[in-house]
Amino acid sequence: MQPHLLSVDELSRDDIERILGRAESFAEVSGREIKKVPTLRGRTVINLFYEASTRTQSSFELAAKRLSADLITLKAAGSAVDKGESLKDTVQTLSAYDPAAIIIRTPHAGAAALVARWTSAAVINAGDGKHEHPTQALLDLYTLKRRAGSLEGLRVWIVGDVLHSRVARSNILAFTRMGCEVTVCGPPTLIPRGIESLGCAVRYTLDELSSADVVYALRMQRERMSGSFVPSLREYAARYQIDGRRLGPSQLLMHPGPVNRGVELAAEVIDSPQALIAEQVESGVVVRMAVLYELLAGRGAPNDARAGAETEPQPA
Amino acid sequence: MSAAAAPANGSGPRGGVELDCAAAPPATVLVRGARLLDPRAGLNGVSDVLVRDGRIAEISPTIAAPEGGEVVEAEGLHAFPAFVDPHVHLRTPGREDEEDIDSGTRAAAAGGFCAILAQPNTDPVVDSAPVLRSLRERARVEARIPTGFMAAITVGQDGERLTEMADLADAGAAGFTDDGLPVRSAGVMRQALQYQRLAGRLLALHEEDPSLSGNGVMHEGEMSALLGVAGIPSVSESSMVARDCALALYEEGRIHVQHVSARETVDAIERAKAAGCQVTCEATPHHLLLTDEAVRTLDTNMKMNPPLRSDADRRTLIEALRSGAIDFIATDHAPHAREEKEQPFELAPMGVTGLETAFAALHSGLVVPGVIELSLLIERMTAGGDPYGLEIPQLRPGAPANLCLVDLEADWDVGDAGYESRSSNCAFAGRRLTGRVRMTIADGAVAYRERSFALGAVA
Repeated sequence: MQPHLLSVDELSRDDIERILGRAESFAEVSGREIKKVPTLRGRTVINLFYEASTRTQSSFELAAKRLSADLITLKAAGSAVDKGESLKDTVQTLSAYDPAAIIIRTPHAGAAALVARWTSAAVINAGDGKHEHPTQALLDLYTLKRRAGSLEGLRVWIVGDVLHSRVARSNILAFTRMGCEVTVCGPPTLIPRGIESLGCAVRYTLDELSSADVVYALRMQRERMSGSFVPSLREYAARYQIDGRRLGPSQLLMHPGPVNRGVELAAEVIDSPQALIAEQVESGVVVRMAVLYELLAGRGAPNDARAGAETEPQPA
Repeated sequence: MSAAAAPANGSGPRGGVELDCAAAPPATVLVRGARLLDPRAGLNGVSDVLVRDGRIAEISPTIAAPEGGEVVEAEGLHAFPAFVDPHVHLRTPGREDEEDIDSGTRAAAAGGFCAILAQPNTDPVVDSAPVLRSLRERARVEARIPTGFMAAITVGQDGERLTEMADLADAGAAGFTDDGLPVRSAGVMRQALQYQRLAGRLLALHEEDPSLSGNGVMHEGEMSALLGVAGIPSVSESSMVARDCALALYEEGRIHVQHVSARETVDAIERAKAAGCQVTCEATPHHLLLTDEAVRTLDTNMKMNPPLRSDADRRTLIEALRSGAIDFIATDHAPHAREEKEQPFELAPMGVTGLETAFAALHSGLVVPGVIELSLLIERMTAGGDPYGLEIPQLRPGAPANLCLVDLEADWDVGDAGYESRSSNCAFAGRRLTGRVRMTIADGAVAYRERSFALGAVA
């Protein structure tokens, strides 16, 4: 694994399995009364968010804190970015604080990779435009593996606005890498040309949805619906909403959140025991702890940081 | 370079195009022992060339050193007719921090070019005779090689109102283009073609349907799907080319398609040519050498419009270059400030520089591996002025001296800096190229000599 986490595309199956295994051991820590380990004590982690985020930002904060890191969270609003500072200058300024890691979310593809060129900190991509959201894919794998036992051979349908979804791209890559069979499904206007090259099948209707073991619904991004991609949300919901009729009793349901109730998902399935949505959120913390650990305390980390971090994490 | 005779069509009633250049002393130089290659003149062999008072005076195996002239010992080097690039962005007026006439023409001379045409998408746009005249005036002070200026087809490139094309032609516009933007409206395009009967001059077209390109920033294909970056489909270009060829055929006008990138476009142009449409087209070195695979890392020096397309497109362009369906090579040299390119891919401006690397990149990428012959490359790099009514440079006695001396064995690394251009957003940065221009003579004057390349003065 590189010293950064920029995309799922660059992760091997071994890399992924190591991170999932690490997350398992942190889950055990999370079950304790005192959830902190001293692994990153004295080291600085910067959360740099150019886009609004609830889940990703808060779970990265919790993950860093549970590893005892010093944490700064910066949002575009209210920072020098507001005053026209370039990404490069912002990153170089923050790098002067000698952070161990910079976690960045931006609306632009490739921004995390650019940041990695401008800093000596480990860079974690927390979502770059419509490109990738690797920690979301990792936590989805973790969640699904816990419920299903094994990922090998699972048939996963990813349904909705694939065109505008970084989650879809990271998850197609992640699921296929772990041996799942992935099908993407949505209106033809929201399926990018050439997506099959990522290793998935394409369907434009839910007719064969019953063949899926897992249904992964994407958020219908109203804020990105400026073009005439779908004639109406009503028609979209009529054709693509996952509801109690369409979701079979043995199928699992996932969604990256936040959910548009009544658009991509009907209320009855959100609250059903088949839904893993709450578990996905819960997994966010331990998986992000695992990623921070892998990058900062695992292989290739400076020796001083590895003190006490060689073996399984110990409670503080 | 002097005005050439007007061709039968297009640059019609108003005669040839005038280029401007700073005054430079006409050279008297003996180039000794170079291998001369000029396919049009039927030249391919070692010979001496004597340039006297700016004209090629003699080509023969052994020529005595001229009195009061220079002797260039050029054994082991090649001498070609110098190149012509009708598609250069000099960024002047408005963005002289990115390029100016001096730096842009120095870059051209360093690339072996003896004439260029500058595009009018400046700030202000070259859409009126006064702006054009002021540019020509500056070129007569600053330009290192003969430089012509294109004018816009529509006022402010708004795509709606035609510029005073006849007035601009009288003021010396080399041709008309809204390059950077398409002429969206078919009706306006038709009017421009009708008005061409009065104004003359070639209409050079940036072909793209904005409703298909949308907010795209790279080729639409597997790579854009992987990267989650909005794509520009090939049909955005080819459908517009088909439209404009139909219009040109109907109005019996003459058009030139700039920077062809897609194989569908080559098909459309071949069909139009077969149907009798007066259409020419160009391809850039980057579209002939690179594909959207190079965009994988979202390097902003791989971002330009039209975008780098698939390998199948690239191979079709090469085939079309061979067959003549693509008439010539143009660089679309498009300088951008470093801080603008040091941004995420989607935010960075489109365009790459290419004057200084064009020959070396094509030589390394196409000639050395045996994809095309060196003589074909020379033909296609010298023909760019032809549809505009400029004479094609030739190594022939009596002709104005336009030649470049090139070391085909020299390897060099294209760096992050060290360009004659004021900008460094080169698509070939970081690559090792083979073939280096040592000296350029443009319209009879020495326009460039590599610093390390010594010239011996003769007493």
